[in-house]
Amino acid sequence: MRLHTGLKVAAALAATTLLMTACSSGSDSPGTDDTAAGPVDLVFWTWAPGMDEIAAVWNESHPDIQVTVNKQDGGDAAVTKLLTAIKAGSGAPDIMQAEYQKIPTLVSSDALADLSGELSEDTASHFSDGMWEAVTLGSDAVYGVPQDSGPMELYYRADIFEQYGLAVPTTWEEYAQVAEQLHTADPTKYLGTFSAQDAGWFTGLAQQAGASWWGIDGEAWTVDIDADPTQKVAAYWGDLVEKGVIDNKPMYTPEWGAALNDGTQVAWVSAIWGPGVLEGNAPDTAGLWKMAPMPQWESGDEATGNWGGSATSVTTQSEHPAEAAQFIEWMNSSQEGVNLLVEKGSVYPADIPGQAEALAEPPAFFSNQPDFYTIAAQIAQTVQPFQYGPNVNVAYSAYNDEFGKAAEAKSASLFTDAVTAMQTATVEDLKNSGFTVKE
Amino acid sequence: MTTVAPPTDVTRAPRTAARNRRRTGRFAPYVYLAPAMTLFTLFLALPIAYAVYLSLRATKVSGLGLGAGAKTEVWAGFDNYARALSDPDFIASVVRVGLYGLLLVPTMLGLALVFALLLDARRTGAKSFSRVSIFLPYAVPAVIASLLWGFLYLPRVSPFYYVFDLIGWDAPQILSSQLVIFAIANIGLWGGVGFNMIVIYTALKAIPSELYEAARLDGASELQVAWRVKVPIVTPSLILTFLFSMIATLQVFAEPMTLRPLTNTISTTWSPLMKVYRDAFVRDDIYSAAATSVIIALATFVLSFGFLRLVQRRAFSQENS
Repeated sequence: MRLHTGLKVAAALAATTLLMTACSSGSDSPGTDDTAAGPVDLVFWTWAPGMDEIAAVWNESHPDIQVTVNKQDGGDAAVTKLLTAIKAGSGAPDIMQAEYQKIPTLVSSDALADLSGELSEDTASHFSDGMWEAVTLGSDAVYGVPQDSGPMELYYRADIFEQYGLAVPTTWEEYAQVAEQLHTADPTKYLGTFSAQDAGWFTGLAQQAGASWWGIDGEAWTVDIDADPTQKVAAYWGDLVEKGVIDNKPMYTPEWGAALNDGTQVAWVSAIWGPGVLEGNAPDTAGLWKMAPMPQWESGDEATGNWGGSATSVTTQSEHPAEAAQFIEWMNSSQEGVNLLVEKGSVYPADIPGQAEALAEPPAFFSNQPDFYTIAAQIAQTVQPFQYGPNVNVAYSAYNDEFGKAAEAKSASLFTDAVTAMQTATVEDLKNSGFTVKE
Repeated sequence: MTTVAPPTDVTRAPRTAARNRRRTGRFAPYVYLAPAMTLFTLFLALPIAYAVYLSLRATKVSGLGLGAGAKTEVWAGFDNYARALSDPDFIASVVRVGLYGLLLVPTMLGLALVFALLLDARRTGAKSFSRVSIFLPYAVPAVIASLLWGFLYLPRVSPFYYVFDLIGWDAPQILSSQLVIFAIANIGLWGGVGFNMIVIYTALKAIPSELYEAARLDGASELQVAWRVKVPIVTPSLILTFLFSMIATLQVFAEPMTLRPLTNTISTTWSPLMKVYRDAFVRDDIYSAAATSVIIALATFVLSFGFLRLVQRRAFSQENS
């Protein structure tokens, strides 16, 4: 008896509290305070720097559509937060920065709105086919407007190359030779490191070699990680690590930054946003680096991969998709917006017509290379097509674990095994979730 | 009371008062307990129940799984549990954390006991300074401590390696696959020693000084007093700290998670809780994450209570007698 009364009291109290929170959150939601007269308020989740300044410029000239920037905590955390808000049914922003490789995941969770009816006809013509496919997933729907991209290049220390008489490698074969030459000349120096922490980096390398890890075949997904191009890339880097001519430690550690700064790491295969990272990690080396196209698999080829980059999307919870689409179109494909992206956000804009004016000057860290962006624009056109799938995160965490083991053991055969293990983990996860997978 | 009350009310008043007292007596405990029970229900019982519910569910996707309505939540029964228990990554993480506990807990409690005894010894100087400096690492959040240790572990930025280099010694690669477990246990060690030391030290302070006098009259040395008198008396505190340490060990998360980006040797499923985190937030599969966390919670529960049952009679018999 006593216990029951106690439980009843507790249950009643709990229910009241729940109801109260439910009511208060209801009145807070953006939908209810919206009247036709007032301006439309849009919330924009992003982690890129400078977006608040860009939104401020927009807000000034558009009193009817006010954008509030809400700083988020890096790509993965923001995606998790968005997916939680979508599941909960409220709390998602109107506009969301979405990395290209996350778009299939977000679409399969029904988090991104189809903007094909809201954008103007010629938006697609502003972007390369590869970029546009990343936001349409090859369908008629449009799940965002591309913002920036990360075509990959080779960064190298011109002064150290000169000191040791090294030639800038144009093929991967030459890269291996130069790596050996340098490491023999000075055993403390490396031409690069194989990072088992940066799956996106490895994906870009595989993309250059012609890999496309996911595909759509009718009504089924295909997974093609364990195929020749990726195996070739894994075997190549595994061999270099096994020989010890390049390093096996992860990128983006304090140790790596110190190595870039003091000339232990002499080159970095990276993307167009590399100058910013070099500036932050190796401030003492300003003006000593140069950028060149990535080494090629066949001499004379012109191919590169993509590392990073994101689109701006509208979420399915937004009450004002039309206004939100207007803002992201302005930000990513008008000359004013693209100039602001470069100036305030230091991004490499995906918009092709706007690039020339916005990227007239080289990055400050590469002031010694005045034609930096001319070269970059040529390289950007050679990004190979690549399709992401709905469980990129699973493939990437399998990459971390499997390549971590292989890099630590410095064993070339474990590198190729790691590719097979990534394929297995990715396919198993798709099947477990009920996706139709064609093998 | 009876003296001030008018005589006419003598028969009625006490009865009403008694009834009132009985009524308030019946409800008072619930009124006092209500806030705690509400909080418990809202923030503990309901989430646990929800986690158990989620662990029995799964999402099913149809076809390509793109666009609205592609995902549906379905009943999964014990599938998630079966998958978690047969997952080699999960089993490996449990074994790893078992080993980690075997390394960490005895070392930590041993050091805590030694420090407490040293502080309690008669001739120790600078007591409050030592006490604070041993306790201080406990006040540093695990993530910060791990970042600091991470710097010390990385050869190129670590002062330790710099000094080793100057002397000309080969420093061990503490983040290599054989030693990384020590690297993590070391962070946990300094985070826990101070707290456990304070618990044991407090128990030592509560021992009446007559006991020591008696021991000394019998000719016991300082060491003998420590071993024969102090240690047996603080055994209940040692058991308590052991229990806390065991639970904390099973939940190790922040240290390996923070060190992970610095090295190739810590996998995304290094500890059981890291596997839960990966399933929930990297793979976006909260259902199997819920199942795994229920398994971990049950295991913790069984281990803690099993251990308490095992030692209860021996350890606490002195207190009860």
